[in-house]
Amino acid sequence: MDVSTTQIVLWVVVPYACLAIFVVGTLWRYRYDKFGWTTRSSELYEKRLLRLGSPLFHFGLLAVIAGHFVGLAIPKSWTDSAGVSEAAYHFLATWLGTLGAVMLVSGLVILIYRRRTTGPVFLATTRTDKLMYVMLAASILSGTWATVHIQILAGGYGYDYRQTISPWFRSLFLLQPEPGLMLGVPLAFAVHVTLALLLFAVWPFTRLVHAFSAPVTYPLRPYIVYRSRDAATGGGSRTPRRGWEPSTGRREKR
Amino acid sequence: MRVMGQMTMVMNLDKCIGCHTCSVTCKQAWTNRTGTEYVWFNNVETRPGLGYPRTYQDQERWQGGWTLNRRGKLTLRAGGRWKKLASIFFNPKMPDIHDYYEPWTYEYDMLLSAPAQEHTPVARPKSLLSGENMKISWSANWDDNLGGSTATMQDDPVLQHMSSHVAEEFEQTFMFYLPRICEHCLNPACVASCPSGAMYKRAEDGIVLVDQDQCRGWRMCVTGCPYKKVYFNHKTGKAEKCTLCYPRIEVGMPTVCSETCVGRLRYLGLVLYDADRVGEAAATPDEQDLFAAQRSVLLDPHDPDVVAAARRDGIPDDWIDAAQRSPAWRLIHDYEVALPLHPEYRTLPMVWYIPPLSPVVDVVTSSGNDGEDGRTLFAAISRMRIPLEYLAGLFTAGDTRPVERVLRRLAAMRSYMRDVNLGREPVEATASAVGMTGDEVREMYRLLAIAKYDERYVIPTAHAEIADDLEEMACSLDFEGGPGMGGQGMQGAGPFGSSSGQPTPVAVENFHALASRQTADSPYGPTTPGRVNLLNWDGNGRPDGLFPPGDGTGDGTGGSANGAPRGAS
Repeated sequence: MDVSTTQIVLWVVVPYACLAIFVVGTLWRYRYDKFGWTTRSSELYEKRLLRLGSPLFHFGLLAVIAGHFVGLAIPKSWTDSAGVSEAAYHFLATWLGTLGAVMLVSGLVILIYRRRTTGPVFLATTRTDKLMYVMLAASILSGTWATVHIQILAGGYGYDYRQTISPWFRSLFLLQPEPGLMLGVPLAFAVHVTLALLLFAVWPFTRLVHAFSAPVTYPLRPYIVYRSRDAATGGGSRTPRRGWEPSTGRREKR
Repeated sequence: MRVMGQMTMVMNLDKCIGCHTCSVTCKQAWTNRTGTEYVWFNNVETRPGLGYPRTYQDQERWQGGWTLNRRGKLTLRAGGRWKKLASIFFNPKMPDIHDYYEPWTYEYDMLLSAPAQEHTPVARPKSLLSGENMKISWSANWDDNLGGSTATMQDDPVLQHMSSHVAEEFEQTFMFYLPRICEHCLNPACVASCPSGAMYKRAEDGIVLVDQDQCRGWRMCVTGCPYKKVYFNHKTGKAEKCTLCYPRIEVGMPTVCSETCVGRLRYLGLVLYDADRVGEAAATPDEQDLFAAQRSVLLDPHDPDVVAAARRDGIPDDWIDAAQRSPAWRLIHDYEVALPLHPEYRTLPMVWYIPPLSPVVDVVTSSGNDGEDGRTLFAAISRMRIPLEYLAGLFTAGDTRPVERVLRRLAAMRSYMRDVNLGREPVEATASAVGMTGDEVREMYRLLAIAKYDERYVIPTAHAEIADDLEEMACSLDFEGGPGMGGQGMQGAGPFGSSSGQPTPVAVENFHALASRQTADSPYGPTTPGRVNLLNWDGNGRPDGLFPPGDGTGDGTGGSANGAPRGAS
């Protein structure tokens, strides 16, 4: 199958560029900006809407992420050999996915409404936040639209993305990209994939980085944390610069 | 036995006049930044009253501190690790800004820039959160001096826990002031609550701190702290708290609140404690035994075994010496007059209080009796149940006996020393009635009444034999990306807004904050370009805009962008 330049740009160049920005950007941000790495919670300003919107959004998001993992990362042959029929897979994926999407979208609507109408929350919204909200909402809504429009309303088993999008996605990580698989993918899916890739490209530069701070190690540590003053400060109020400055490494603990 | 050091503060409430100097100087030093407008590392509450934030002591509502579960095991009241993770997307027990107060400023500029008109222009309050006009309805000290307390005092959680006859005798109002900072607890619930592990207790001096690089703003510490002394900086999205002025403590200086205290009522000193026994003491079954359990965790620095163990655990000799001279240890252990605030929260708080005798003395004197006579005072102390029960609700989980014992000691000292001062023969029986000798009473009197700076603050310096610590003093603009390195400093901070990038040294931040405050009135509303707000001017130099533009010399439009003071002394 002949692959056009547009296809290569869309399904090879853009994905690799976005993922590279995502990885390198995140590492850079972590090294450069630990102090700016936070959830930037606005719970202090407003609680009533947040109480509803935030858990809806985040738990919905966790469900959707799990669904994407199953759909994209696990080859169809695996589920087939595990005895999961096409009908069963479609049923589960569509309805669990829709449930997740409903939670996610309603949470998103509540959160955006809150952000726009609560004075202090709106004032605390930066330009980066607004860009992030646009990108995030675009990804979510296009994905929801694709699910509803093609997977539910079109009847049958919908579009079998596990024959095209999923292998293409995995081919990126095997470093043997197969853009040809993406020929003929319905527009709704193509739009969703592209928007999501762009979202990953802006990810490291927005507050979305807080996703990587999920405190998974909290249950493993003792409750009370002791730190020695020497370890905490490393000596001096100024962080030693790279280069020729004499090392001010850890001192012997006293 | 594992010996650790703890920098401890004791406050003598009898001497607090409620002037708020500690709060103001602390705020000037640490929290005069955007995002921390509502943050008071140190605040002074009028008691009875609601406290700050309102009703923070009501742990049934706020779920702060520790509690014992059904199996008698120590557990966080707001829920353990898994519950915290489950509620990570919304913290259900966090006070919102209205439980503190909505910070505001005034439209001062209106007073000067308003056109000539019939009515006097007014400076309306503007919210610092929304920029809108607002009606001020609460603040950090709204019920100061019992102001308006008839409307709110019954909501005081300590009063609510007392018996019902309080309301009837409400007419005999008593009050005192309670200055509060972070308790730097031995068993800090905030540290235990932090999902990121960003909060820690320093092994050397026990100061509880937040690692600003590691904090991710989950806000569980705000819930965990029963004293509500961890605050959320809404600008940076990070938790901040009282640091016990550790940069000062490390070089042997007292905290800002202690240094500036008008009544000289604060004492700072090191105590040694057994870190292995903290958990056991915090899990004492009966709440009223917690005070004794907490005291038993502290170690006698004069005990040779303790000294040997301290040396073994790496505590330097000058620190052991400081612990032996510690005024905090003397007040807690030798004279037994210092009590912890709310031991029933099971955090083993390490800021101690000498309960006030003055409410009792005031009542005795106003009834025409001799308020300095030992026997009269003793009788009054045991008769005046309301102040006693209230103080017990604050300091001993409701057990009035320890509070009564302390007040009797204070009364005995007052009576004994009056005889001394009047040149009469002091009555030894007064001292022995409270289990002390006359000499002990004199020593205690000296420490409580006339102790000098060096006796009130016995602070061993941190062992940092490194010159780097002086760097910030040497060239504070020379940090990476700072003005001294060709960077932009505060104005052009990182690409993610003003709170991103490498943290700015405090000295630099203060320098720029001062410079900008001298030329700006408020973040909102119009400002007269280049004009200096005299209220914020520190008196040094001649900032641009201090005088109206002259003919030809001034540029008349804006002054310099930085407005930095020139020619400072």
